[in-house]
Amino acid sequence: MVTIRLDGLGAFHGARLVLSDVSTPIFRGGEVVAVIGPNAAGKSTLFKRIAGLLKGPGRVCLEGAVKGPDGICYMPQDTAANAVLTVYESILLARKQGSAWSVSDGDLALIDGILAALSISDLAFCNVGELSGGQRQVVSIAQTLAREPEILLMDEPTSALDLHRQVEVLSFMRGLARKHGIAVLIAIHDLNQALRFADKCIVIAEGRMIACGTPEDVVTPALLRDVYRVEARIERCSRGIGHVMVDGVAADGSDCIDSSLGICGRKPKI
Amino acid sequence: MSSEPAALSAKQGRGLYRALVLRKQLILAGLALALLLSLCIDLALGPASYSLDQVVLALVSPGSVPLQVRVVLWDIRLPIALMAVVVGAALSVAGAQMQTILNNPLASPFTLGISAAASFGAALALAFGVALIPAAIEYIVPLNAFVVAMLTALVIHLLSLKRGVTVETIVLLGIALVFTFNALLSLVQYLSSEQALAAVVFWTVGSLTKATWPKLIITSLILLATLPIFVRRAWALTALRLGEDKAASFGVKVARLRLETMMMVSLLAAIPVAFVGTIGFIGLVGPHIARMLIGEDQRFFLPASALSGALILSASSVASKSLIPGTIFPIGIVTSLIGIPFFISLILSNVRRSW
Repeated sequence: MVTIRLDGLGAFHGARLVLSDVSTPIFRGGEVVAVIGPNAAGKSTLFKRIAGLLKGPGRVCLEGAVKGPDGICYMPQDTAANAVLTVYESILLARKQGSAWSVSDGDLALIDGILAALSISDLAFCNVGELSGGQRQVVSIAQTLAREPEILLMDEPTSALDLHRQVEVLSFMRGLARKHGIAVLIAIHDLNQALRFADKCIVIAEGRMIACGTPEDVVTPALLRDVYRVEARIERCSRGIGHVMVDGVAADGSDCIDSSLGICGRKPKI
Repeated sequence: MSSEPAALSAKQGRGLYRALVLRKQLILAGLALALLLSLCIDLALGPASYSLDQVVLALVSPGSVPLQVRVVLWDIRLPIALMAVVVGAALSVAGAQMQTILNNPLASPFTLGISAAASFGAALALAFGVALIPAAIEYIVPLNAFVVAMLTALVIHLLSLKRGVTVETIVLLGIALVFTFNALLSLVQYLSSEQALAAVVFWTVGSLTKATWPKLIITSLILLATLPIFVRRAWALTALRLGEDKAASFGVKVARLRLETMMMVSLLAAIPVAFVGTIGFIGLVGPHIARMLIGEDQRFFLPASALSGALILSASSVASKSLIPGTIFPIGIVTSLIGIPFFISLILSNVRRSW
């Protein structure tokens, strides 16, 4: 089974160190890890660093990955593309990178399966430039899956989706992780979805890791006050799943992150 | 998320994809046939007109046609007609790849100043005998054109990497470069002798009558050397059109791919300009036609760009002989006259849909 562990990971943007000292326990294939934190906290930077797209100190420790670092697939945040390509071609494109020109029946069968699994077969021959934001996001997920990842890094994959589609996609990703032993790291803003779908949770703020653990242990009123600057409670439903109930914006008095979170400093800018 | 009806339609999707590929292959075959026809017409037309039968016979079996027909076709018309095909293909491929790596529908060697830069470099050699790279006298003109074009391409490339530089900025920069090199070219013309001035002016107009077999072979070799490199990177180049981040996430080394492609583009753009002068709009219009016909999967877009560029220049060569019988207009004038209205119609209609 594939495992991933981050050891003192940092990342540079140019000469500036924008992310530092991210060390985590081992995440195993089949687990879904939510990466949460305010805007511009460093979540995308962390993913790019893990994917090898940014340089920086520290190590990404992989074990059991058949493809090695190539097994790490990163799905960037949604960006509009105006290429004259069909959805089918754009997914094939993701699959065939670094391969020969010829397209086998196996390639096409895989794409057919992904399209069907994500319920987007009807979009197969639409132009990618004509898709809505939500459709683009699901196609982007399909492109990532076409690369048959062992470690999957998804940067806000549900930000443009309606509630039904969010639940559908996150359920699907969790099922996929369990079935194929993929370690899935998802940057997500919706804390309720993180509480519902994630097995582990990493909190990033101001370019550093604030906390790591189970969502129930990590997403607490103290964290919400100190990292997100909101007053909130965590209430559990009959199935034991936590829900964040926001009471209001936190008073602007505190000047340091709660020491119980293991870090002190300036209040995060949101 | 899966369901039975979706799975059924997915199975159909595979068939539809195969049909899409077949359609693209047929379009490519159609373009190739049209190009062959245009090439034969181009060979048949001239001060002495021949029938298509005679042309085909002279090409297939040179010994079976009169000596005069053989000499006219093989020694005079064939290098010119083939030069139109090769130069058209080279400029169109250069334009297609510039549009791809700069993510800019208005990018082409002509609009971004690379052709003007090549003209200036060549004019330096023609007017003053300046050699930017020491070389044999007969290669000074193309080498100068290449060096200045490559430096210009590098400037564009480096500026396009800067944070905050938009598509519009690159186009404006290109316009500035066109004006700059045109001004420098005028300065060279102003300072050059009467004899050199005539050579520079005639050369900058762009004319296929300068074509010879050695020039044709060099241009063909450059095209044949660069095409396989683009072919090998077809998936990576197509991925660039989904955005830089997406391409990088697919494992494409974006910065390296851009730089290497820009180098090859400057070679493809500079050498034809150095041999036959400035020929505008092929590098802009050829890729747009290919994109409209066949999309941007580089496995098909690349040959379609080459074929459509070759077809436009070959057809322009036919037009240059047909406008006033007995007179051959410089091809650069014809392509600009045809290209400008076409370009405007593209801007007003299809650019948004096809880009």
